[in-house]
Parts: sequence; structure tokens; C-alpha cells
Amino acid sequence: MGPLVPDLLSNEFSYVVALVMGVGFGFALEQAGFSSTRKLVGLFYGYDFTVLKVFFTAGVTAMIGILLLGHLGLLNLEYIFVNPFFVRSALVGGLIMGAGFIIGGFCPGTSVCAAAIGKVDAMAFIGGSVLGIFLFMEGFTWLEDFYKADSRGAVLINEALGLSRAQWALVLTLVALAAFAAVSWIQHRVTASPNELFAFSRRRVLTAVAVPIGVVLLVMLTPSREEYVMARLEQRAASGECQPSIIDADKLAYELINNYFAYNIIDVRSRAEYEAFHIATAINIPLEDLDQLEYRPLFRQRLKANVFYGNDFETTKRACLLARFHGDDQGLALRESAAEFQQLFFAPEPLPLEPTRQQLTVRVFREDAARKMEEIQAAVSIRAQPIEKKVRVVQGGCS
Amino acid sequence: MKATSYMNPYVAGVLLGLVLLATVYITGRGLGASGAVKSVVATSVKAVAPTHYQSAAVYRDYAAEHPDGPMKSWLVFEVLGVLIGAFISGLLSNRIGLKLEKGPRVTNKTRILTAILGGLLFGFGSQLGRGCTSGSALSGMAVMSLGGIVTMLAIFGGAYALAWFFRRLWLR
Repeated sequence: MGPLVPDLLSNEFSYVVALVMGVGFGFALEQAGFSSTRKLVGLFYGYDFTVLKVFFTAGVTAMIGILLLGHLGLLNLEYIFVNPFFVRSALVGGLIMGAGFIIGGFCPGTSVCAAAIGKVDAMAFIGGSVLGIFLFMEGFTWLEDFYKADSRGAVLINEALGLSRAQWALVLTLVALAAFAAVSWIQHRVTASPNELFAFSRRRVLTAVAVPIGVVLLVMLTPSREEYVMARLEQRAASGECQPSIIDADKLAYELINNYFAYNIIDVRSRAEYEAFHIATAINIPLEDLDQLEYRPLFRQRLKANVFYGNDFETTKRACLLARFHGDDQGLALRESAAEFQQLFFAPEPLPLEPTRQQLTVRVFREDAARKMEEIQAAVSIRAQPIEKKVRVVQGGCS
Repeated sequence: MKATSYMNPYVAGVLLGLVLLATVYITGRGLGASGAVKSVVATSVKAVAPTHYQSAAVYRDYAAEHPDGPMKSWLVFEVLGVLIGAFISGLLSNRIGLKLEKGPRVTNKTRILTAILGGLLFGFGSQLGRGCTSGSALSGMAVMSLGGIVTMLAIFGGAYALAWFFRRLWLR
């Protein structure tokens, strides 16, 4: 599951990827004509819409691709870099860049392309941008407050508009297609040449339009891989086809006080619930995070048996089955819920007036177990750390 | 030799989009450009005025983010690739040659000066806006970032708004 760096490919390799991708980037830009400053500014004077066509197509293609990969479970959308939104600096910085664009006739990426093929004006632009960045760095003490003002975090546009990812993708795709049609019409009228879209066969144009819309609709209407997997698991569990191995509270307590080191107890509730009470030696992996890449080793190892518990048996069962899906065939599901477990051992109901021998034995065992579990918990929390979810910060944007 | 014509813009756009997609899939980040120029600035300052580089907070923060030196950054390698890729494309399409492109009504000197000024503005603006058209706008659109899209609208909006005032630079 992507992104491949840093878990599946090393950070060093990422630099090689950068170089290779850069070559593709530069090649595509130059082929499109972005090494020509007059072609670039043509957008703003209405005589050349290449920038709009290339830019919009590239953005929408990548956007749909990312959407599709996320939907298929091939790319983890939580880990990709999303540009953070600082309202003031985004607007003012953008406007200044716009000025630079219309005066200089380039943007940094295209200036590099043009310089590569020998355009002297592009080299001058690059020199200017070195100066500009230098000025920013030197003036940073005065600019810092403005630079950091009004931070909104890494907000997604679909969230800001109250749409799902796929819905926004559809909107943007339709806007892009409309823009292409409009621009072709304008070009056709202004330059008195035939409308370029009609140069292609009807079928080609229709395919080009239908494919991106079709993909987005597909994402919108079909369940994502995550949803599909969970649904299948639940279906099989409900039909009795796939039952987790069950362990009951007393057995678990017994195992804990005698062989706690042979088990990984996994609490699949939320962090808050875990902090309020958890079974001795348990670690916390909320159910929605159980599918993450970093927990797979937990399911594949054979040294310790995993025991899952949650707020109700259904949740516990799902967790156990999900683990089994990822290779854990020794996993166990606790029959009792967390609350029931807590109550049985730490807040038991009063004994009946004439308890049977059986009831007394069980009560004594449970009180003893409760005490021992607390001791174990105290000892373990000093030594071992629960598996902390690694916070991965992918640097992107301007750095 | 006559230069071959440019690629169909939609095809080029799809190609570019696929490059961006591959980049995001492999590394989790999008493309960029201005950051590489920043590395050049940092390296130069470090070489020419090392005490200033070590004392000024902004350079210290930068050095902390780039422990292996300012030039060992993802964007530096990417921009090196851009140079190579564009050069190859230019070779294949016969577009290589030392040239100065300008609007029909300006002198060479004016063009160079406006190129420097434009670069200065764009460089400054890219730092403020946390990315240029590649890093903020294009990559931002692909990952659906609100910040990226706002910056993109500001760039193109700003250019459009000022286009009339600078028309003599470009038009007949």
C-alpha cells in the first residue's frame, strides 16, 4: 500500500525517485511548450490556452488517480502530504506570484525547463528568484507573523465544501471539461481556425470525456476496498462460516496471571475508553486503525497469541476476523465486553446469602486474579511501552 | 533544422498528471520547484556568510529541517531531473539554442530586467505562499488541498488582474 516511502522503500531511494520523476516532469513540460514564455503568458491575453489545458488536465488526472488508488486500498490517503492553509500568506503570496508571472513570463518550474534548452531570459528569471527568496529569508523576522497568521491546517477542499472526495472530483472534472470546451470555442472564434476539438473523431472525444467521469462515478458508487473487506468478513461471520476462537474472561484472567508474556492483549476501543480502564498488559489499537500497515507484523508473528476485546462481542469478533484476514490464525476473541470484564473482577455483584461452593471458589479466584492483574499491570507499565502509532510526517510543498 | 511542433496539450497534461500520480504514490508528496531554489540560496548564504547562517533563526530552522545540508533535499534532485528532462525534450524536438524570447515591442534589455524582476517577485511570493505553481497549485489540486487551490486561484487571478497593465511587454 502506498506511499512506498519510507516503509517499503528507503528515504535514500526517494531521492532517486525525485530525479527520475523530475526528468518526466521536465520532459512533459517542455514537450507541452512551457519553455516558451510567450506561450505561457498567452493564457492571460487570450491567444494561447496551452497552460490551462495542460495544467487542468494534469491536476485532474492526478486527482482522479489518487482517488482511485485510495478507493482500491492501494494508497493510504492519510499519509500523503496535503498543503496546509494559511489564509493571508496564501492569498498575498499568490497575488505576488501572479505579478511575477505576468512580468517575468515564467514560474519556477517552467523557467528551469526553458533555461535547460538555452533561453537566456529564463536564466535571468531564475537569478531573480534566487534574489527574491534571499530577500524573503533576510526579511523573515518582519514577515514571520504574517507568514504564520490565520492557520487552518491541512484542510481538504471537499471537506470545506461539505462534499465527499468523489463528489468534489466529479465537480472539478466537469468544470475542467467545460473549461476545455469553452477555451476551444474561444480559440476557434478568435483565431478564425477550425475548432480543435472537432479535429478528433467524435468517438475519441466522447471516450476522453467519459473515462474520467466514469472512473469518478465508479469510486462514488462502489464500496471502497476497506468497506468491502469489512462487509465480506461480517457476512461470513454472520453466516457462521468464519468464527473466531473464543476465550472467556476467567480463562483469560487465569492465563494472564500465569503466562501474561505469551499474550498480546489488544483493546480495540477508543483511546479515551482505554485510558479509563483496560485489562492488564493490554495495548490500544482502535478498530479503525487495525488495518494499518504497521500492525501487520503483530498478526503474522507466532511468539504471542493475540487476544482482542472491545465494547461488545460484535466489535471484538470483527477485530479478530480482520486479524485472521491478515494472517493471524491464532487470534482469540474475548467473549465478555470490556465493561463486563471490569465488573466481574473489579466490581463484582454481592454473593447470594447461601453461596454454593462453586460460587465461592469462583469468587475467591476472581479476587485473587484481580489483585494479581493489577500487580502485573504495574510491573509491565514500568518496563514495556505499548506500540505507539508512528507519526509520519511527509514533507512536501516548498521544502 | 526546423523545430518540431509541440505535443498535444491534453496528452502532455495526462503525461504530467501520471508523473505527479507516480510521485505521490511512491513518496507521498507532490512535485515542486521553488524549494530547490531555496536550497541554492541557503547554500550560498552558508558559504558566503557562515556566521550569519548560523545565527539567523530562519536559516537555523532550515538547517534543522535539512540535517544533511541544504542541497540534499528532495526538490533539488527533482529539479536536476527537470533540467535533464527538458534538455532531452529540447534535443528530440530541435529546440536547443541560446535564445532570448521577448514580446515584439520590448528591447532585449527590458526583457532581461523584467525577467529578473518577475523572478524576484515569484521567488518572494513562493516563499510566502508556501509553494509555486508546481508545489502549491498543481500538487494541491491533485491532493484536494484547500490551501493549494486558494494559492492557485490567487496566482492566476493576480496575473489576470495585472495582465492589461503589462500588455506592452507581450503584445504587439
